[in-house]
Amino acid sequence: MLRNTKRSYGWVAIVFHWISACAILAMFGLGLYMVDLSYYDPWYRDSLTIHKGVGVIVAVFIILRLAWKLTNESVQDLSNVQRNDQLQHRLATLAHSAMYALLFILFVSGYLISTADGRGIDVFGVFVLPSIGELFEQQSDITGVVHLYVAWTLIGLVVTHASAALYHHWILKDLTLKRMCSPQKEQ
Amino acid sequence: MKKFLIAGLLATCVTSATASAADYVIDTKGAHAFVNFKIKHLGYSWLHGRFNQFDGEFNYDAKKPNDSAIKLVIDTRSIDSNHAERDKHLRGSDFLNVSKYPKATFESTSISFSDETNGKVTGKFTLHGVTKTIAFDIQKLGEGSDPWGGYRVGFEGATKIKLADYGIDYDLGPASTHVNLGLHIEGIRK
Repeated sequence: MLRNTKRSYGWVAIVFHWISACAILAMFGLGLYMVDLSYYDPWYRDSLTIHKGVGVIVAVFIILRLAWKLTNESVQDLSNVQRNDQLQHRLATLAHSAMYALLFILFVSGYLISTADGRGIDVFGVFVLPSIGELFEQQSDITGVVHLYVAWTLIGLVVTHASAALYHHWILKDLTLKRMCSPQKEQ
Repeated sequence: MKKFLIAGLLATCVTSATASAADYVIDTKGAHAFVNFKIKHLGYSWLHGRFNQFDGEFNYDAKKPNDSAIKLVIDTRSIDSNHAERDKHLRGSDFLNVSKYPKATFESTSISFSDETNGKVTGKFTLHGVTKTIAFDIQKLGEGSDPWGGYRVGFEGATKIKLADYGIDYDLGPASTHVNLGLHIEGIRK
């Protein structure tokens, strides 16, 4: 029930998935909201502190999630095993890999924006992720642009990913979405 | 920047053929020149910063000080207030919008000295795409030979500008509508 099987995700993967989903959507909203706040807004400072702190935690969380994924059995793609749809299978695999890759670009670019002046990132007063300094000129500006566009790209993929899940659930009527909500018994 | 410098150098060569002994290049190479700013933070303290990259030239002759002229080009992307997140914000569209306005320039139209030390510079200042005529007091600090075979002269001046005059209208509060600019330059005679 905790570990993945060929046919279904286990509870650990399921919890990893949905917490990531909530955190990523919330961080996207917070990110867009905070950059438009006026200087006198009470949230002007705290919104950024929260965004940076949660960002570091999400980065650690996603690394743990990947480690769990790699040490568990791969859940079979139903497009592949039930319908032998190679194109859909490849696209899905590509989309999943791309979401992980974009997340890591987000972590790195976000880190580089804030640490270009040698200041580390304070994670809710618990610890400070140290700066590695300014690695290239205009670091904050360049990585800021990357951070914004990669975030939008990721959200675009998330929408595609969610649409595909609903397509599996309602049109193809398979267990793709259900097995990400609770572990499905072996048939 | 390079294009401007070349143009500036050519222009200086042409216009100053008669007074070449009094042409100076601002010593940005050795960083004996500073473009500083300060602005009130909430009305409680001063926030200091500077522009790290700029180039300029001036013409000065102690015998004919009122014939002086200065031209300065500031790379707005080089703003540095010792805080990466703030500098990113200052370079963005809320403030300097450096991708659209990468340069701020000052070019004097007249300089008049009231005595050996004190003078007033009038000229055109361009910031954020807006050009305004400003005038401010300057002081000559000293001049003479340097230990390495050159000849140097130094000046400083300060002025205060209203950000809204230059189309920068981000609300930093009622105490922070103006920025003080400080220019500290040492020129090396060409």
